[in-house]
Amino acid sequence: MTITDETIDYVGILAKLELSPEEKEQAKKDMSDMLDYVSKLNELDTEGVEAMSHTFPYNNVFREDVVTNGDDRENMLKNAPEQKDGCYKVPKTFD
Amino acid sequence: MNLMGMTAVELGKAIKDGQVSAVEATQACLDSIEACEKDYNSFVTVDREGALAQAEEVQKKIDAGELSGPLAGVPIAIKDNMCQEGVQTSCSSKILSNFVPTYTAEAVVKLQEAGAVIVGHTNMDEFAMGSTTETSYFGETKNPWDTGRVPGGSSGGSAAAVAGEEVPCALGSDTGGSIRQPASFCGVTGIKPTYGRVSRYGLIAYGSSLDQIGPLAKNVEDCATILEIISQYDKKDSTSVNRDDNDFTSALVDDVKGLKIGLPRDYFTEGLEPEIKEAVYGVAEALKAKGAIVEEFDLGMVEYAIPAYYIIASAEASSNLERFDGVKYGYRTSEYTDLHNMYKKSRSEGFGPEVKRRIMLGSFVLSSGYYDAYYVKALKAKALIKQAYDKAFEKYDIILGPVAPTTALKMGESLSDPIKMYLGDVYTVPVNLAGLPGISLPCGIDKDGMPIGVQMVGDAFDEKTIIRAAYAFEKTREYKRPAQVSERGL
Amino acid sequence: MAKTYETVIGLEVHVELATKTKIFCGCSTAFGGAPNTHTCPVCTGMPGSLPVLNKEVVNKAIAVGLATNCKITQNCKFDRKNYFYPDNPQNYQISQLYYPICRDGKVEIEVDGVKKYVRIHEIHMEEDAGKLVHDPYTDSSLVDFNRSGVPLIEIVSEPDMRSAEDVIAYLEKLRETIQYLGASDCKLNEGSMRADVNLSIREVGSGEFGTRTETKNLNSFKAIARAIENERERQIDLIESGEKVVQETRRWDDTKEYSYPMRSKEDAQDYRYFPDPDLVPIHISDEWLQQVRDAQPEFREEKKIRYKEEYAIPDYDIDIITASKKLADLFEDAIALGAPAKKVSNWIMGETMRLMKENSVDAEDLKFSAENLAKLIKLVDDRVINGGVAKEVFEKVFADNIDPEKYVNDNGLVTVQDDNALKEACQAAIDNNPKAVEDYKGGKEKALGALVGQVMKAMKGKADPGSVNKMLREML
Repeated sequence: MTITDETIDYVGILAKLELSPEEKEQAKKDMSDMLDYVSKLNELDTEGVEAMSHTFPYNNVFREDVVTNGDDRENMLKNAPEQKDGCYKVPKTFD
Repeated sequence: MNLMGMTAVELGKAIKDGQVSAVEATQACLDSIEACEKDYNSFVTVDREGALAQAEEVQKKIDAGELSGPLAGVPIAIKDNMCQEGVQTSCSSKILSNFVPTYTAEAVVKLQEAGAVIVGHTNMDEFAMGSTTETSYFGETKNPWDTGRVPGGSSGGSAAAVAGEEVPCALGSDTGGSIRQPASFCGVTGIKPTYGRVSRYGLIAYGSSLDQIGPLAKNVEDCATILEIISQYDKKDSTSVNRDDNDFTSALVDDVKGLKIGLPRDYFTEGLEPEIKEAVYGVAEALKAKGAIVEEFDLGMVEYAIPAYYIIASAEASSNLERFDGVKYGYRTSEYTDLHNMYKKSRSEGFGPEVKRRIMLGSFVLSSGYYDAYYVKALKAKALIKQAYDKAFEKYDIILGPVAPTTALKMGESLSDPIKMYLGDVYTVPVNLAGLPGISLPCGIDKDGMPIGVQMVGDAFDEKTIIRAAYAFEKTREYKRPAQVSERGL
Repeated sequence: MAKTYETVIGLEVHVELATKTKIFCGCSTAFGGAPNTHTCPVCTGMPGSLPVLNKEVVNKAIAVGLATNCKITQNCKFDRKNYFYPDNPQNYQISQLYYPICRDGKVEIEVDGVKKYVRIHEIHMEEDAGKLVHDPYTDSSLVDFNRSGVPLIEIVSEPDMRSAEDVIAYLEKLRETIQYLGASDCKLNEGSMRADVNLSIREVGSGEFGTRTETKNLNSFKAIARAIENERERQIDLIESGEKVVQETRRWDDTKEYSYPMRSKEDAQDYRYFPDPDLVPIHISDEWLQQVRDAQPEFREEKKIRYKEEYAIPDYDIDIITASKKLADLFEDAIALGAPAKKVSNWIMGETMRLMKENSVDAEDLKFSAENLAKLIKLVDDRVINGGVAKEVFEKVFADNIDPEKYVNDNGLVTVQDDNALKEACQAAIDNNPKAVEDYKGGKEKALGALVGQVMKAMKGKADPGSVNKMLREML
């Protein structure tokens, strides 16, 4: 499968990655090779096979609706690159 | 007394018997790390003060009779993808190079409760993506058997630290072979438990449906002992399974009479180095000599595991690694024009090439129009792989095979061709897809003097059977240390 | 000839569920609170943290599904919806795409006396995002994750509505149902109920749908009505001038009364949904389903029928009282405390409604207790206070839920029962108003009213008007 510039740019938007022109060329090749390689799965007849998202048949794992956490803001914000007024500070999101 | 030459259980016993204190053991460990790091670079972070303080605490509890477990006072290293409160946990990535968690991974908590002393975080492939430990932001780890070779990966730091006798034992994590393959490359033992056996809480996720934490150590007994401690049900991990059969040390029995062992014919094909084939057959012979029944059979689906794995793992990784965005923790680029520019620059500068490669592949296979063709197809292949194993385990108690098609490669050999590197995971990846337990232990030395590993795979939650078989085989063979370590140790 | 257009509307309604804790962690969902004080590694997306599902979320989602005639998906799962935004700490939202918990429901609405159904496509469970506040001093945004991980259900309707009236009737019906269940307080102004409007237009008679837009940020029924009208006009203008409607998400600005496209080129709207490997599937057994079914409350329609049978109050009153679970509870609780139904109804329909309107208070925000309302009614019945004083006292009850018995005593509002004092006041009124006395005696009944007024004034309102009336007649 040939990977176009548009596809790489699109994936860059999805994955929030910005590639240099050289990186982009390499990424096109790598992704193309990899997709060709994984297309081996097309040899498999999977008619009627259920997609297995969870390997073991466990279900219904729940918490009870009880408050267990208190105010831990100081700890939560310890690693914030930027903070202000007890909040995480980010580039503006409004126009 | 060469404390770091001992196994974890031997050291634990010496501490319990008062021959050596927890502080002395920890100091010996730190000294060994200090001496070896220039050669191996097994560690990202060594927590000297923290470890010594912890050792003192532990010794007090031992003296007070509050701690008496086999690992009380024993130093241990953890892979740098397991959160530890107050200690930098980076996944060997620039993007987390300044991250200091405020909580500790559950498996590590269990070790601490048992009195093990966490001495530091070991090096790894960035975000556990790789099989050589060359993709670390903190430089590659070298194989103590030959420092011109890779230690394997992604838990290469843990394997090298154990083989190099910097530390008696370590935790690793295994998503597609990341415990078993480096154990094999470094001549040590490692267990990848059944999915759900060990809590993933606090393990920084790569492929959430595949990741498991497990031990690396010099022998089977150490691994079983550590696994027994860390495999407890955890309410904080929805995929943690509540079982009462984690008394793995009870399986340390030298008895394989009647054990049914399957050797998958389709594992022993062209790509496998003849010396490894021979060594693995040698293991089969040794077990047969002890009364096991060995049969060859066709497992099937072997060639589809790697394509399915790379689709599933990359897809999950692309989502798991979205949280690294420069907002809440970790690296944020210094200059940016707006929000999306900040995201893109932080991530592009913060992640290395292999991580970006997998994130992009994962984003693509989940994207609109490709989801069914790639992701769903891979989940169906996974179902078929699981079926193949289920069928095999109707007949056999364990499946015996190689860990990797080669022994440790030279530095820089693998990274140039990603697909070739991925193919090296052919024997380990299907075990993760099926969620099964696997153990890797040394079984020989090749003509280059590099260790060869053998893998035993068990049915789901049947770690005990592979531990028993591994233990029985181990009894037929002496533990081999790298020459450099032997010289240093004497 | 001008074409006539039909508006086709479907709704995506988000409702915050009234659980004590968040959907995947043990943090409180309490509203307010200083920024980030209700957060933990899970709801801030810290590395290595893992979600564990709050069972009560599932119970409430099932309850809403059953009440809206949905089929419950007995084997359901969570999926990840991937998109980058700072209020979304993991940069994926845990939601349900492939196996939503409820499907194929319907609710009945009535507009201008005509009944019709709005079909529900699905209801799914998901986590709420955090809050972004613009910081004008640094021209940046500040993120507060207190709301991050608050449980939501999203109720997705079929495009069965044709007007703003339909939409509001549907929303009122949902709100009423969910409030009756106690599954949410459904406050549009606080964001615990939010509606996104999917709207397209087509020529009347056309069997096909036009291109639809989605309008967000609608915080009141009025805003919804205005946004619908505005979007309808905008789409008609586009089509009439030969342009095309672009399928997009728009944000409504209610102060400026217009909408604008929300997304930039950095948003691909390709959410890459896949099953969340961190959560195990949910199996809802028949027994579990039955338990939720058995716990369903009496809904409005059932209440209406029962009220009609049990209480002699007008249909109109029944309609108003049952429109809100809060009012219905107040009504029933006051009756249970011994107050006569008719009187409780009168207090609700009269003074309560008046004060709600004057103070712009929603029924859900009423502060006073049924107990204090019942006490007040008893005070009047026992002639401890008169009607006028009662209204005064009720204003206090309404505002601060005061205890009327205590208040009346503390403030000396008890009706004067002393006959001598009353007699004196009556005599004074007769003496000081010879004209009125003369008129009354001349047959003008009305003149007595003026005298009663004088006596009440002299007694500072604390007399029983009936007794005054009676005494005056006797004295004249």
